[in-house]
Order: sequence, then structure tokens, then C-alpha cells
Amino acid sequence: MSLRLELKDVSRVFRSRSADVVALDGVSFAVDPGEFVAIIGPSGCGKSTVLRNIAGLDTQFEGSVAVGGVPVTKPSATCGMVFQEHRLLPWLTVRQNILFGFTGTRAEAAARGEELLGLMRLEAFADAYPHHLSGGMAQRASIARALAPRPDVLLLDEPFGALDAFTRIEMQDVLQQVWRHYNTTAVLVTHDIDEAIVLAERVVVMAPRPGRVQHIQDVAMPFPRNRASEQFARHRTELLRQFHLVH
Amino acid sequence: MWMFGGATTAWPRSGGTVWSMALDIATSEPATTTPDPSGKPRRRLRVPLGWIVPVAVLVLWWAAYHAQWVNPVLFSSPWEVTRTLWAAILDGSFGTNLVASLTRWLLGFGIGAVLGLLFGALTGLSRTAERLLDPTFQMLRTIPIMGLVPLFIVWFGLGELPKVLLIAIAAYFLVYIQMYAGIRNIDRKLIEVGRMYELSTAQMLRRIIIPAAMPSILQGIRLGLGVAWLALVIAELTGANVGIGFWMQQGREFVRVDIVLAALIVFAAIGKIVDSLVRLLESRLLSWRDNVEREMGA
Repeated sequence: MSLRLELKDVSRVFRSRSADVVALDGVSFAVDPGEFVAIIGPSGCGKSTVLRNIAGLDTQFEGSVAVGGVPVTKPSATCGMVFQEHRLLPWLTVRQNILFGFTGTRAEAAARGEELLGLMRLEAFADAYPHHLSGGMAQRASIARALAPRPDVLLLDEPFGALDAFTRIEMQDVLQQVWRHYNTTAVLVTHDIDEAIVLAERVVVMAPRPGRVQHIQDVAMPFPRNRASEQFARHRTELLRQFHLVH
Repeated sequence: MWMFGGATTAWPRSGGTVWSMALDIATSEPATTTPDPSGKPRRRLRVPLGWIVPVAVLVLWWAAYHAQWVNPVLFSSPWEVTRTLWAAILDGSFGTNLVASLTRWLLGFGIGAVLGLLFGALTGLSRTAERLLDPTFQMLRTIPIMGLVPLFIVWFGLGELPKVLLIAIAAYFLVYIQMYAGIRNIDRKLIEVGRMYELSTAQMLRRIIIPAAMPSILQGIRLGLGVAWLALVIAELTGANVGIGFWMQQGREFVRVDIVLAALIVFAAIGKIVDSLVRLLESRLLSWRDNVEREMGA
């Protein structure tokens, strides 16, 4: 099952002794069940903070964040989270890492493990430890771990930011297939405009100081998307214009 | 689609080559970093470099004695020391002394280590406990163990209690500090992973905090055992009627350098054996951390 996500007038102020920093100021948007939304914006626009609010990892915000109509007050297993670093536990094998958050019988765990290892093409590394993996493989394992408990919402915080360009393109295709397979609601934070257009049905553009929603763009293109198409280029131009990078 | 079909299904779009390239890298890459991803050490014949210095010292000692570079009254030959040790083993006195020493050591270490793990976990996990207790521990830690001996003799006499207590205190601080630091140095990012899966405090401890702190904890146990061993010698030299330290003390009283040297060798040998055992335990428990060290050793 996938759930609807709604942010209403969310503000977040980071207070310190020297100064208060307004990270988010009145952020509102919604994500429909099964929809893929990307949030892009320059660093400091609060896009990661939005994701941490949805995940319940940061709850010191004003306004309301609701997942499936239920206000978020703490982290919940209904949301699967993929971080920028893979954050695999180094003392567990790939299989054990993937099943870290899975609760079920031994047989169910075995089946889910095989399913995700196959989906992510990690069968050969099921019993290897994370430090044996390349960056792309580790991030695939991390996505598998987030998907293992069948979350209703998949949250991704710049998951491919640390990967090289080739691996990143490959991982975007993997993620898109996984999303279509499970039909889960997905929110991706990224600073890569192409990545947003490849994956998202809607792109939320955020602006910094204070962090706010500047523009929401529908990307009406069939999947899988051709990075070289004219339509793709038009969306890219439109988004670049939002950042005043083209005139 | 490739990921839902069999392994032979083609990659949907132009990505086919990228993917097979990635798979190539995927299967060959770990093979270059380690020969066996399951983490089994390679068997390889190695020159036992670690033995060279001890053997050289033994030869030098033997030569010095027989060439009479040293006063034979104040020194003893390796052969004599071996004979003395062998005689003590045969008449049973060595066994009695060894058992007494090992008992004190393990009892003292056990008490110190358990308390160290408990308080280390407490101050590691709770800021309040840290502010309340850690300054005191850091202050007490700097007191040299030798300085406690006169006090303990006055307070507890010459029985077992002051000895075990001395050893426990010595072990306590090292285990405490390693436990505390082990918890404090855990990557907050891993804790967040646990939070995302709604782990309870107990689950968080068992599944994330303890495994993450394990390298530091084991280091503390190894160092704690070592320093407890040193404290044992100090304790036994200051009034004991049984133990390897007592035997050594006897040797001093009767100016039997061979006994003193034999006892010293026993101390060194047991210390080394135990250290190796703990290292073995470490490599078992931390096999996930393996190959960097292993490849350097190879």
C-alpha cells in the first residue's frame, strides 16, 4: 500500500547561541499515493530538512506533516529511508543488512531476502560484508534495506550524490524500475536536475534563505524517459530558468 | 524487465552495456581486494619474525654467562633457570603458585571488567551520568596503582582482599574508558538507521550500539587484562604467601637469581599467551573488519 503525504505550512528554525537560522518558511505541498516527487534546490534551501521532517528524524518544526493522514511525531517504519551514504552496518553481511528492518518469520525473511537480492543483482554478494562492495552496490543494498519491510513511502536523501556519473545513471534506472514495481509513494531529494526529470512525475523547486517552495513543475513524460529527447531538454530548460541559470 | 525476469533477460534500453560492465566489475572487484569474500584467512608460510629478538636475547644471555661477562652470583644461565623451573613444576610448588596467581588475576580482572563495562555503558549512554561520574573517574584514574598499596595494607591487611581489589581497580579504568569511548564514538548516522526502524532502547543496544562499540570494548579487555597482570605482580610482591610473585620474592630473599628470572619468564609467557588468546577472540568477533590488517600481515 502506498500513502498520501501532506506538508502544510511547515517552518523550521535552527536556534543557536549566536543566531537563529530559518531553514524552512511555510513549506506546503502534497504527494499522492504512488506518486514520485523530486525536490531540487541549491544547497541550504532546506530540502534535506523537509525529508527529515517527513521521516520523523527531525520533529522540531511548526506546521503539520502527515503521512496517510497521520501526523508525524517520530520515525516510523511506514517510511523507508535511503541516505546519501549507504549507512550499511559494517558488521552485518549484505543479506543481514537488507533484512535489518524486516519483521516476519524465518521463511518470510529468506524469501524477501532472495527477492531483493535478485532485484538489486546482489546475489553474488549476499554473504559479503559492506566494505567489499563498490559504491553503487552498497547503495543498491541500502535501497533494498529500505524496501524490505514494504514501506508505504520511500524517502531518498541525495542517494546517488556520491556516485560517479555512469553509476548514477545506472542507479537512476534501477530506482525507477523498483518504484514502478512496488508502486510506493516516493520523495527524492537531489541537486541534480536531470535526475529529477528522469525519475519524478512532479518536481518541487525550492529556494534558499529562507527555505521555501518556489515552483512545482509537472513532468508529463512516459517512463522510461529518454535523456536525449527534446521534451526532456524542454523540462531541463524550464527548471534551469527557475534557478536563473538560463535567460 | 531484467530485474523481474530471469538473469538472461536483456536490459531494457541502452543501459545494457553499462550494466554488464558493472556486473563485470562487480564480480572481479572484490576478488582483487581479497581472495575470498567470506573472509577466511589465507594460509601462507611466513618467517616467524617475532621470534628473532627473543632467541637472540637468549643466545646473548647464554654467551654472556659462559664468557663470564657478568657476575655469576648475580646472574644465572638459561640452563639453570630452566632446571629451577622444571624442579618447581615437579615438586608441585609451581602449580600451586600458578593457580593462586591466576585465580587472583582472573577474579580481580572479572570484578573490574564487569564494573567497567557497566559504568562505561552508563556514562556512555547518559549525559547526566557522564557529568555526574566521569570527572571523578578521570581524577581517580591518575592515581598510580603503587600508591594504593600502603593504604590497602593498612586497611585490609595482607589477605586476598587487597590484592584482588588492587587488580580490579587497575583493570576497571581501562575497561571503563574503552567502553565509554566506544559508545561515544559510534556514528550518529547508524543510530538514525535504527530509529527509522523503530528499534526500542534494548534493540538499539543489542543490534547497533554494542556491535558498533565492540572493537573498542575488546581493546579495553585486552589492555585491562594486561594491566591487571602488572597489578598482580605488584600485589604479590608486597606480602603474599603463595603465587608466582611470592615465589619471586623468595628468590630475592635467598639471592636465588635463577628463581627471580624463572618467575619473570613465567610472567612474560603467560602475559603473551593471554594476549594472543584475546587477539584470537578479537579476530573471531570482528571478522567483518578483517582484511586490511590481514593483507598487511601477508
